[in-house]
Amino acid sequence: MKVRAQIGMVLNLDKCIGCHTCSVTCKNVWTSRAGVEYAWFNNVETKPGVGYPRNWEDQKEWNGGWSRKSNGKIKPKMGGKFRLLSKIFANPDLPEIDDYYEPFTFDYAHLQNSGEAKDMPTARAHSMLTGAKMEKPDWGPNWEEILGGEFEKRSQDYNFEGIEKEMYGEFENTFMMYLPRLCEHCLNPACVASCPSGAIYKREEDGIVLIDQDKCRGWRMCVSGCPYKKIYFNWQSGKSEKCTFCYPRIENGEPTVCSETCVGRIRYLGVMLYDADRIEEAASVADEKDLYEAQTDIFLDPSDPEVIAAAKRDGVPDSWLTAARNSPVYKMAMEWKVAFPLHPEYRTLPMVWYIPPLSPIQSRWDNGQLEDDGVIPDVSKLRIPVRYLANLLTGGKEQPITHALERMLAMRAYMRTKHVEGKPETGILDHVGLDTKTVEDMYQIMAIANFEDRYVIPTNHREYAGKTPFDNDIAFASRSECGFSFGDGCAGGSPKKNLFGTPTHQNTLNGQIRREK
Amino acid sequence: MSDYLNEFLFGIYPYIAVVVMILGCILRYDKDPYSWKADSSQLLRSRGLKWGSNLFHIGIILLFFGHLVGLLTPEPIYHLFMTAAAKQLMAMVAGGIFGTLCFIGLTILLYRRLTDPRIRATSKFADIMILVVLYVQLILGLATIPFSAQHPDGSSMIALANWAQYIVTFQGGAADFVQEEAFIFKAHIFLGLTIFLIFPFTRLVHVFSAPFKYILRPGYQIVRKRG
Repeated sequence: MKVRAQIGMVLNLDKCIGCHTCSVTCKNVWTSRAGVEYAWFNNVETKPGVGYPRNWEDQKEWNGGWSRKSNGKIKPKMGGKFRLLSKIFANPDLPEIDDYYEPFTFDYAHLQNSGEAKDMPTARAHSMLTGAKMEKPDWGPNWEEILGGEFEKRSQDYNFEGIEKEMYGEFENTFMMYLPRLCEHCLNPACVASCPSGAIYKREEDGIVLIDQDKCRGWRMCVSGCPYKKIYFNWQSGKSEKCTFCYPRIENGEPTVCSETCVGRIRYLGVMLYDADRIEEAASVADEKDLYEAQTDIFLDPSDPEVIAAAKRDGVPDSWLTAARNSPVYKMAMEWKVAFPLHPEYRTLPMVWYIPPLSPIQSRWDNGQLEDDGVIPDVSKLRIPVRYLANLLTGGKEQPITHALERMLAMRAYMRTKHVEGKPETGILDHVGLDTKTVEDMYQIMAIANFEDRYVIPTNHREYAGKTPFDNDIAFASRSECGFSFGDGCAGGSPKKNLFGTPTHQNTLNGQIRREK
Repeated sequence: MSDYLNEFLFGIYPYIAVVVMILGCILRYDKDPYSWKADSSQLLRSRGLKWGSNLFHIGIILLFFGHLVGLLTPEPIYHLFMTAAAKQLMAMVAGGIFGTLCFIGLTILLYRRLTDPRIRATSKFADIMILVVLYVQLILGLATIPFSAQHPDGSSMIALANWAQYIVTFQGGAADFVQEEAFIFKAHIFLGLTIFLIFPFTRLVHVFSAPFKYILRPGYQIVRKRG
């Protein structure tokens, strides 16, 4: 057993209202620069839909993630090392910027500067790349907002696998949910595996996956390797960039920007302990439907004295072990079994998990046409098909999803009897294997969701980096550092003129139209 | 060509070019590693790269190693296997084939870079310049083939190889070997040396980062300890 710790995230989709605050605050902090205008480290998609970039979930098209060989080993779906390098001159698995969208700005100046005319002046869209007028933007990080577009196109959604989808195109049977997406900071990241330069790495102490910008050579294999398409190629710098899990904040015990600003309070951050020796084993199980459980099998119980002893031996600080015992992520994923990984079938062992959303019971049930067991409604009658959620979160296995939805319904029903009727009905809980103490805890964390319950983040003990906690070199080296920068050390960003390549685009987001050459 | 100019271009300029290349690369790698990259534009436009980029790269890599082995193998060594005439014929045939592959690829790449609005708008001066320089150099190289054919005994090839071997072994008088050679050879050598000179200021630096180490990486994953 080799114990490692990671800050994991859970998103409670039952509470996501699709306001995009997470996306906007993330963009303002991380991707408001030339070359990554099109990149959204965090975006919110409306499902069902093909998403951003188009059809990202379908690995038959993009070859992301891992595939299992006949001998039981796994290799990147793009191919083993030689096969992958053979794609280096022209990568057949790389999305084009139009699969995301061509970044654009509006010609606001025209509204002020146009002469007198019969018609109102309009602010046309112009490409940020070329400055050329664009007829109309045709895709984006949330193009299918609230079921925008025809069902015909949205129904290409990969999660309809095994579902008779035609009926969901009818108005009466339609369903929707939001899916906020960010880098999964996987235990078995395919981006790291496919980086020829070795520039992408997973941090041992907190599991955050980062790209060393000075080591990245822009071979762009990681973009294809990541099945979530959460690595973005910066077309200006020629380097790949990704969600940093706001590591400068996490190191200080603060939540990521997307979590902190979530108005629906749907995001949770907490420590997960896992056995690093069993990553490959968990990622290689034969049946895709077993991957979710295989991943839960390598998470370690932070209250188990054996685990605690092993964690201490492997250098996990005490404050992290305490945090692991209070981790809302551990509770939701492991104790209550209400949170699930996104697309475990990619075999990356993702660490951003989701609580599936409840949805209205079909109107037929309202009309008394359908029966339930008298205590909690039959989850198969929920508007969002369980199979759809299972395709999204458990590799198609419905039982764990049904179990989670039933527990959530039971929690609601129980709290209703307690608060509204004043007579707590514990019988409801027996159906789903919960006791009153657990359900109160669930209610506190999932429904009330106080800040300190959502974010249990121990600070990053930099002192453990040295030979002793009092290693002066470590402390003094990081004192007065300039923190986050782009390769130029403390010089502060790239200079306007550079002997080794002056940037072609700067300040693309300043609202000015680029002059066409 | 005057003796002085000949001595400068083929006796001294090679050292200037190579020193600028080595120091320039060290400086860039050390002081501005963020700029060290392949600078792919595939995200903005894939079209043309499947044939253009693959043919160009395969062609130019084979041409590079052809030149390396062809120019720097000492005469006595290759005489163990073949005559100078046979070696020259092999060089002409192989160079002609790889050069043609590279020419097709480079034509596609240059056309794409100049005519595609996205690629043009995101091209730095050096990106266009280096493609043009490589294109001219490739055409010069292909144009030497008929001149070589005029000396099927391999005498030109031996002279040029001697020049290269004298340069890399720091022996005086290298420039004398090329003094009497056809202009096209001299132009090809001069432009070749110029590519060394401008190398650190272009995207060509990615050549030094060819990721062979990836093959040797144990397993796939990389975990970094804090520090």
